[in-house]
This record gives sequence, C-alpha cells and structure tokens, in this order.
Amino acid sequence: MDAFHHPDYYQLDDLLSEEHKMVRDATRDWIKRSVSPIIEDYAQRAAFPDHLVKEMGEIGLFGPYISEEYGGAGLDHMSYGLMMQEVERGDSGVRSTCSVQSSLVMFPIYAYGSEAQKRKFLPKLATGEFLGSFGLTEPNFGSNPGGMTTNFKEDGDDVILNGAKMWISNAPFCDVAVVWAKNESGRIKGIIVERGMEGFTTPETHNKWSLRASATGELVFDNVRVPKSNILPGRDGLGAPLSCLDSARFGIAWGALGAAMDCYDTALRYSKERIQFGKPIAGFQLQQKKLAEMITEITKAQLLTYRLGQLKNEGKATTGQISMAKRNNVEIALKIAREARQMLGGMGITGDFSIMRHMMNLESVVTYEGTHDIHLLITGLDITGENAFV
Amino acid sequence: MNLLVCISHVPDTTAKINFDAAGKALDATGVQFVINPYDEFSLTKALHLKEAHGGSITVLNVGGPETEPTLRKALAIGADQAIRINATPTDAITVAKELKNHISANTYDLILCGQESIDYNGQQVPAMLGALLNLPFVNACVDLTIDGSSANATGEIDGGHATYSGSLPLVVGGKKGLVEEKDLRIPNMRGIMTARSKPLQVLEASESDTATQAIKFVKPAGKSSVKLVDSVDELVHLLHNEAKAI
Repeated sequence: MDAFHHPDYYQLDDLLSEEHKMVRDATRDWIKRSVSPIIEDYAQRAAFPDHLVKEMGEIGLFGPYISEEYGGAGLDHMSYGLMMQEVERGDSGVRSTCSVQSSLVMFPIYAYGSEAQKRKFLPKLATGEFLGSFGLTEPNFGSNPGGMTTNFKEDGDDVILNGAKMWISNAPFCDVAVVWAKNESGRIKGIIVERGMEGFTTPETHNKWSLRASATGELVFDNVRVPKSNILPGRDGLGAPLSCLDSARFGIAWGALGAAMDCYDTALRYSKERIQFGKPIAGFQLQQKKLAEMITEITKAQLLTYRLGQLKNEGKATTGQISMAKRNNVEIALKIAREARQMLGGMGITGDFSIMRHMMNLESVVTYEGTHDIHLLITGLDITGENAFV
Repeated sequence: MNLLVCISHVPDTTAKINFDAAGKALDATGVQFVINPYDEFSLTKALHLKEAHGGSITVLNVGGPETEPTLRKALAIGADQAIRINATPTDAITVAKELKNHISANTYDLILCGQESIDYNGQQVPAMLGALLNLPFVNACVDLTIDGSSANATGEIDGGHATYSGSLPLVVGGKKGLVEEKDLRIPNMRGIMTARSKPLQVLEASESDTATQAIKFVKPAGKSSVKLVDSVDELVHLLHNEAKAI
C-alpha cells in the first residue's frame, strides 16, 4: 500500500516551514514504525503499550515547546500541534498519553513550578523516565471542577492530602501526579504527588470501550503526607488548572484532525478498490457525497488549527478560540469516523482497519477536556458575556 | 575520523512519477523528496562509526536550493555540517566531478555514498568518484569495519560476497546490510531544533558543462488487466496465438 499522504486540499503545506514539515514527518515516521504495527493488538487486549513511553521521550514528543534547559526541544506550538496530529492518526490513546505528559504535567510544572521542581521533574518527564498524570476531575465534579472536595491541611513542613480523582489518563503507571486540591481556606492549589508516598494509590479503570490502549484510573489520597516544597508556587485558583486545559485542548484540536485524516484516507482508498455493481464504489454519488463532505470538513478544521497555531505562537490564542477548535475538530472527526465506517461496510467494524478504533476513541475525546456541550457554553459566555454554566 | 556522506535528494519511493510535456525532465509537482534510501544506510553507518571512533560527519549534495530540507534532515539525524554544491545534477559524470573537486580540496578519511540513487538508478557516481579521486572503491558494500587507518569492506558480487582490506581513504557505495533498516534513525525533536544552528554551506559549482543531455524519458506501459482462464488448453491457446509468448 502507498505511504500515507495527508489530505492538503488548500495547500496548507505551503504555509508550513521546512522545520514544521520535518517535525511532522519525523512523528509520522515514528508512528509508522513503532505504533501502527502494534496498536490494534494493544487496543484489542485493552493493554497500555508502556514500552512506547521511553520511545516517545527519545523522539521528543514530551514537552516539545519547553525550553532545552529543562529537557524540552524549544519548538513552537505549531510543531506541538503537528506532532499531536500525527500521533492521533496512530491512536487517540497514545496521543492522550502525550497530551497529559506535555500539557497537563510538564506545562504546569514549567509555568508555575519552583526552580527546584522544574529541575527535579521536567528532564525526567521529557525523557519518559517519569510518566505523569493530572488530577482535576472527581467522581462528583466533572464539568464543575471548582466544586472539588479533594483537600489538604498543613502539618509542619508537609501537607496532608485527602480525596480522590477519577478518569485520570496514565494514572495506573504514573510516577508523578499534578493534583489540584483545596487548602484550608478553600483555595485551589497544584501539588506534585509522587509514586511511593504512603496512602497514594492508583486503581485502574477497567472495561472501557474507548481509549483501550491508554491506561486510565483513579488517584486516591488517604492522608498522603506531601512536602510543602511539592506545592506549585506560581499560581493558584481554578484558572491554574484551566490554563493547563487550554494547552491540552490545543493539542486535541490537532489530534482529532489526525484521526479524521486517517479515517478519510482509509475510506478514500477503500472506495477506489471496492467493486460493487461492476465499478468502484468511489464512482457512486452517495459515496462521493460522504468523501466530499469529509475533505471539506477536514480542510476547514485544518484552517482553524493552522490559524490557532499562529495565535498560540504569538501568545494570543484565547480559551474561547481553543474551545471552538477542540469542539469543532472532535465533532467532525467523530462524524467522519462514522461515515468512513459505513463506507467500509462490514470490514469497517473489524480491527483490520483503524476506523472503528478511532471512532470508539473519539467518544472519549468528545467528552474529556471539556465536554462537547461545555465548550458551547464557553463560546456562549465569550460572545454574550452571560454565564450559562449555572 | 573525518567522514563524508554524499546525499542525493530523490522522490519518495511511493511518489507517482510523471515527466513534463516534452518528456525531458521530471515533473516534480506534488512529489515529496527524501534522502536517497541507499545514502541513508551510508549516513547511518557514518553515525555508527562516529560513535565508535569519534570524529565529524559532513553531508554533501550536488543540487539546487530545493535540496536543502534533505540536508537539514541529515543534520537533524546527526550529521555535523552540510555542504551543497549549487548545480543541477544532470548526469553522473558532472555530479562525480563536482564531488571530486570538493573532496580533493579537503581531507576525508572515508567517503560514503549509496550504491545508487533511486531516481535514475544509474549506479555510476560512486565508481566514477573513486576513479576520479584515484581511491579504492567498494560497491554494494554490506559490511565495513575500520581499524585505525585501515578498513575491511565486504561488497556483493554475482552469487556471493567479496571482502577487501586496504588503507583509508576509501570510497564506498553502501546498501542495506551496511546497517539494517531497524538501525535507520528518525530525527528527534531536539535534533531538528539543533539542526537549525548547524552549518549548511553553499559552494558554487566548478564544472560548467554537462557531459550528456536527456533527450526523452518514457514511462513503462501500464499493466493490462488480468485475464482469468478456465482450462490449461485455453491458456496454451492464448499464450500461443494471442500473446505469442510460446
């Protein structure tokens, strides 16, 4: 089969630098070599390919926009987006591992951590020696994280942490967790919890039909004693974790586009080869309608992410703009996955093709990092000034 | 060790190849270019040698500015510096002379090429280069060991292999076996970032004329569709009377 050539209907490649293309192609080559051959098997077995974590570190997928001083590559946000696009073309679960590590663990330590915290954790997170997780969502506080009950009390040079976080990517394998909890006056703070601290456990969430090649679990804190030096000093309040989500959602907007591209590419190839009624099904109007709508939506999403990448590089991307891109791109990816699945008929439900895995993965992506509906409210608040959350 | 790797900038192996209307040149529209795969084996071997013996790797290309992303990729993979000789690589002897002019004005311990470039598959440049430099040359090289200033190189020959020993410098036309496919390196993000600041020098061409000119390129005829036959008799009949193959 021919190598994957990404759809580029509006010649957006002309707008990318040679370095951007090299970043994208290197990630694509790595996905082709290390992820595509094995990912279906891991997803079918609901197993986390933990051997990939070190490889992701070596190739530089963790914290690429973090400065070289702390183990990053010092690349721009467009590069990060292109990496996430290619990784999710392989699998959303693998992309989730990258997103969490880069945007939800390394970013808050980089942006809000002390110098000692940055030097202690970032280089090991960059190489994949440490895997990180991010604890914000709780069993009773998902779309409303500000209501969280996880809390800590001061005790000398330490704090005592209690509570539980749920739906946490990487949790079962994580070495460190950036956990958001309230202090005694109800202010949200970020705390770095390390594997091995007494009372800290990470039970795995089983029986998922989505992101099966990604490890999901809980973070449970039962009187966990954490040194005060592990509290992120740079920022507190709900805005701190939400800023991390901005970074992650930016990556998701690109990632979902990658999943959409893969589904479109599979459906296009299949439709040219599958013969019914004496000709390739690509020659039938109903199939062309599906394909034409797919490439239209992919092209619109590419334009959205490209401009968002420019804004992010200039430090001008707003939460509302990132929300819009995340919501739109995941929605179109999910629709494209479903249409592509139909085009492949019965073959579409098998693991011989990636479409059904993408489709099931995207059911998580449309919910996590701000649900599909919550993103509408973010846009609604942004354009009207009226808060419709409560 | 001062290692030189000659790099060609060639269409991706899966690219659909077309020629311009006159049939005299490649139509590069929509074609992705890559490091010539044979050269990539040689580049990877150079990285192994540098890691074992120390030294520096220079990558050298004869081509226009459009080939620079390929050289940058070689730098991102681990080469230390790149040189582009600004000329259109029209034929093998011109390319070989350009390479020779640069190499003879510098000091390299080992000159690694790919056995051929996958664009025109001429298999001429490395051998011409060896001859022009008056240096030993091993083609289709599948194994190479360096010990001080001497080398053992194994090349493929008809039906087997031949191993030679000699002293450096040496010109090698490498292929798979020199390193394996699993050894080929994908540039990592830090390498891509570092490649920004590595030197890429552009030298003006010293040869003014090309020795040959392409008159016409013609693609092979497309494969006709498969015809299924029901019996051996019918097959023999068709092969004899229609295909005239027997």
